[in-house]
Amino acid sequence: MINFILNDKEIKTLENKGMGLLDFIRKDQHLTGTKEGCREGDCGACTVLVGELAGDKVEYKSVNSCLLPLGDADGKHIVTIEGFNLEELNPLQNAMVEEGGTQCGFCTPGFIVSLEGYFIANENVNAFDAVESVDGNICRCTGYAGIKRSAERIVKLIISNQKKSKNYLEKLVGLKLIPEYFLAVPQRLKKITLSKKRNGSNDRRPDYFVAGGTDLFVQKWETMLESNIKLISGEKKYSGISISGGRIKIGGNTTVTEITKSPVMQKYFTEIKKYFSLFGSQPIRSRATLAGNIINASPIADMTIFFLALNSDITFSNGKKKRKLLLRNLYKGYKTLDKKSDEILECLSFKIPHGNFLFNYEKVSRRTYLDIASVNSSMYVELNGNIITSAHISAGGVAPFPLCLDKTSKYLIGKQGSPDVINRAVEIMLSEISPISDARGSAEYKALLLRQLIFSHFIKFFPEMINVEELV
Amino acid sequence: MKNYDSERHVRGESQFVDDINPPKGILYGYVYYSPIAHGKIKRLNTSKALEINGVKAVFTAKDIPGENQIGGIISDEELLAENKVHFIGQPVAFVVAEDQITAHKGANAIVCEFQNLPVITDAREAAAKGELIIPPRIFALGDVNSAWDKCDVIVEGQTESGGQEHLYLETQGAFAYPVEGGGVKIISSTQGPTAVQRVSARILGLPMHKVEVDVLRLGGGFGGKEDQASPWGALTALAAFKLNKPVKLILPRQEDMRMTGKRHPYSSDFKIGLTSEGKILAYEVSYYQNAGAAADLSTAVLERTLFHATNSYFIPNVKATGYCCRTNLPPNTAFRGFGGPQGMFVIESAIYKAASVLGVDASVIQKKNLLKEGDEFSYGQRAEHCRAARCYEEAEQRYNIKGIRERVDDFNLKNKLVKKGVAFMPVCFGISFTSTFMNQASALVHIYTDGSVRVSTAAVEMGQGVNAKILSVVQKIFSISNDRIKIDSTNTSRIANTSPTAASKSADLNGYAVQSACEIILNRLKKTAADDLSEELVANRKFNPEDIEIKNEVIYCADRKTDLNWGKLIQSAYLKRISLSAQAHHATPHIYFDREKSKGQAFAYHVYGTAIIEATVDCLRGIYEIDSVKVVHDFGESLHPAIDKGQAEGGVVQGIGWMTVEEVIYNKDGKLLTDALSTYKVPDVHAAPKEILIHFLEDAPNPYGPFKSKAIGEPPLMYGIGAYFAITNAMKAFRPGKEFKLHSPMTPERVLLSLYDVSSLTKKQSKESKAVTSVVK
Repeated sequence: MINFILNDKEIKTLENKGMGLLDFIRKDQHLTGTKEGCREGDCGACTVLVGELAGDKVEYKSVNSCLLPLGDADGKHIVTIEGFNLEELNPLQNAMVEEGGTQCGFCTPGFIVSLEGYFIANENVNAFDAVESVDGNICRCTGYAGIKRSAERIVKLIISNQKKSKNYLEKLVGLKLIPEYFLAVPQRLKKITLSKKRNGSNDRRPDYFVAGGTDLFVQKWETMLESNIKLISGEKKYSGISISGGRIKIGGNTTVTEITKSPVMQKYFTEIKKYFSLFGSQPIRSRATLAGNIINASPIADMTIFFLALNSDITFSNGKKKRKLLLRNLYKGYKTLDKKSDEILECLSFKIPHGNFLFNYEKVSRRTYLDIASVNSSMYVELNGNIITSAHISAGGVAPFPLCLDKTSKYLIGKQGSPDVINRAVEIMLSEISPISDARGSAEYKALLLRQLIFSHFIKFFPEMINVEELV
Repeated sequence: MKNYDSERHVRGESQFVDDINPPKGILYGYVYYSPIAHGKIKRLNTSKALEINGVKAVFTAKDIPGENQIGGIISDEELLAENKVHFIGQPVAFVVAEDQITAHKGANAIVCEFQNLPVITDAREAAAKGELIIPPRIFALGDVNSAWDKCDVIVEGQTESGGQEHLYLETQGAFAYPVEGGGVKIISSTQGPTAVQRVSARILGLPMHKVEVDVLRLGGGFGGKEDQASPWGALTALAAFKLNKPVKLILPRQEDMRMTGKRHPYSSDFKIGLTSEGKILAYEVSYYQNAGAAADLSTAVLERTLFHATNSYFIPNVKATGYCCRTNLPPNTAFRGFGGPQGMFVIESAIYKAASVLGVDASVIQKKNLLKEGDEFSYGQRAEHCRAARCYEEAEQRYNIKGIRERVDDFNLKNKLVKKGVAFMPVCFGISFTSTFMNQASALVHIYTDGSVRVSTAAVEMGQGVNAKILSVVQKIFSISNDRIKIDSTNTSRIANTSPTAASKSADLNGYAVQSACEIILNRLKKTAADDLSEELVANRKFNPEDIEIKNEVIYCADRKTDLNWGKLIQSAYLKRISLSAQAHHATPHIYFDREKSKGQAFAYHVYGTAIIEATVDCLRGIYEIDSVKVVHDFGESLHPAIDKGQAEGGVVQGIGWMTVEEVIYNKDGKLLTDALSTYKVPDVHAAPKEILIHFLEDAPNPYGPFKSKAIGEPPLMYGIGAYFAITNAMKAFRPGKEFKLHSPMTPERVLLSLYDVSSLTKKQSKESKAVTSVVK
């Protein structure tokens, strides 16, 4: 039995947990404000909020309901566009009408849900972040101008409102940005969670383990509906970021958002927020996991490229035995892995960057945000003075799997980042890659682009040493 | 004033086809389509599909009771392929099952054997092989051949512009159910209700009166649902008719992208001749239009390219030739601008290249050649109420072009790897269907006894706000509260023989028609009021209808407020057996076009405007941002400024998308590689310009539009062309003197490959990687 709150209504259902939440909302519940636009998490027309109990509060995030297994709604509060409706238009809805934020109306509910999600989850609102919150929503009519104006208007409304409220959520209720029933949701969810007996483990070996599901539900949503799946996104033992033995350890089930927000990661990778903003969209990042990205083995896997340059290792477990190997040794060919079918990726770990180190991540795609890379690359170096003592460069989109540029990296050891060295490194790099032409670019473009990204690493690392004109 | 539909949109309460609560027993369809681009069907076996539990029927060409033909302008396209297939995605069979997933399984179980035939994907190759859908079309003015001698500079070149996927957020779909007497009713997501009706009647072998089509609204159309909504309506109608059950078909996104046509890619040759001062004397251009496998609307699209070959400029000697080339791609179709953007991209490219040769900025040539009052277009019409120069000059002043250029130059001096570029994009776009007969519409207005008003027109609401504009016309004429007025769905039983909602023309045509219908009723009401008041108001005085005026629901007589109001007046008229309904028809006056001579007064009027676009290019990585688009646009006297502004903003971004990140890629086998939102990218919130300013040209009434307004749907899209040249100008700042190919869209890939020489790189690559380089694209 799956038990949750949908808007103001408690749901108990025996539907298959592998059903897309979108289908449950539209077909079972006839709540048709949530739309199907692409069924691959690329348009945001099906955006809903998922609220999860955290202490006495409920934490909300926006997700693509087409990619969310119904089973993952269990014990949660799901909010669709209908869940924001009051008798009159709420101030955000009204702003969207008055500022020209809606034309054909098909994408509109998704935009409103994303923005509501932002306003609910952030007490200190600002216009920039509010607009960022719709990074997973596509509108084909308005050119986004009216939507931005609407977001800005609500930010002003929230900031200018000085009325005292017991808490932020009550303030939003007072502003009529959310209905009053939100206030009782934490209590209601607690009841649901208490009354639930965690369903005993299924003896039958599942056909699929589903964590974020952000690729599985794109590729095989019809199969998921009919398969025996095990949902593991709630299993905390495989998630989280910790430090031990001079290494940073990240659980396989950790989401991109969790990695981005990790103080440990932010300490060593000061620009991590910028890098990771290039991965998918907010709804995708809050679901997509590290293990999913690594095991998917896409040649341009964003997180894999990030961690390859840190010479990470990974730990597999089959429930009985653990096995450790270097991430770089996982890939044997296109979507071919050194992994047994009963192994789960437990965690990844890498040596804490130390001494005089530099790190950079680069990604270029046709569209800068919410797109798959044409080429991406990371570079990590340790320096003694100006001399490179350790180097790892990774590159995506230039081989059948995420690639380590071993020869190039090795060559750099003992060198300085001078134009001559860089040009020689590029020559070596070219002998290591084998790009193909596809929808993301021609082979020659990908080779050129990787050269440019390697230039970018060096220009960033050694701005004083490099005469840009000499390079380009 | 608000967009009529928008209050429901923001609550998620607007219904689209797939939102209608399905009746019990509804069946779902799935289309089996050709996996090859050209071939003969040797054997089609549907038995395995029928064996699947839940599959109710599979329809093929032989099940069609009427004529297996959906071609609109030319009858050259089957609904379901019978003997031959002409593109990947061409429907071959229609599977109907209890649910969508089962129908999909059924489609997967169909076995079809083909004999492959040669595939053409390139327009020039098709032209060389004589694969033309119609003979070449020529528009000409003056005599180019004798003009070349007078030119100081002659520049020739070739341009490419890419296709564009409509990417309406709501995919194509329809829902049909049988009605008594052997007819069907179709709820369709179409811009052309009558097209769906006509095609379905033809397929079913029924008179049109037995097929009713109703359209609630569209989740975007952009031309993609003008003619290409018809097959889906016809397929559901066929199944509903044969099975006597309701049937729904909603195309999954990937299928929609694979099966439907897009904006036409063009490959073009130009030759432009100028004086040394930059005055254009002659322009010769040939367009190779990639029409795809069937005519669809391609001939009309090509014609509009010819109409707009010279954009906003007067050129005394013009020869424009268009080739409508048949290839093995899905038939390309209408897309906002309808061939206009493709034509304008070539003339702007020609000006850009000529400016490089003359060593001036393109704006110098643009300004020198802007249309003036009375100038002749190549099709013989003359510019009237011409506002080309007014918009251009106002944009220069209002947005301080001198300041912009100083800022850009300064930035470029200070930055080595990041450069800025700025470009002007003037637009002149003709308003009317160029097939004159299509410039007609009708409206039906009912007033009920409680004073509420229900209005039907031929216009389809698809986000462009036509319902709100129609409502404002009704409101202006009756002077009643908006709450009293309901704009109905578009329905072929209430409004017959509709022209599609297209050509930016719907608010004009239907606005005028509804104005006439309302005026008919208003005149009756005024007479009723005059009679009523003559009896009551003042003894011995007889009032005439001309003495009556309605202001905010109150009846005024001879400028005096009376006790009579809207509600009472309607009651009185009803009791006196006065008709409270009217139907009216409107046909745009004074337009004609002679296709034989390619001359005529093709357009009711033209829309003018100018945009200044600024872009920043990261010349290290080849990526860019559009900083700003600053527009002065001629809206006439806007019927609805909020809606018109939204149309302009949205059009700009869609045009920028076409010129930058949106790339439709087919491989040599005719397979679409960009068949999902993960591979076909439209602008997102970050890719949209950081700033869009829209200024309404002041004091610009339009004598040929309802309440002096102007059409708005398409023209702003073409401002997006300026983004291409703003990016190119930034690239030029990085590589002065380098000549770039005139090839759009300007993707990050094209930017980088234009800026750097790759020959040295590829030589160094290992041999094995070269071997796989030629796989696709």
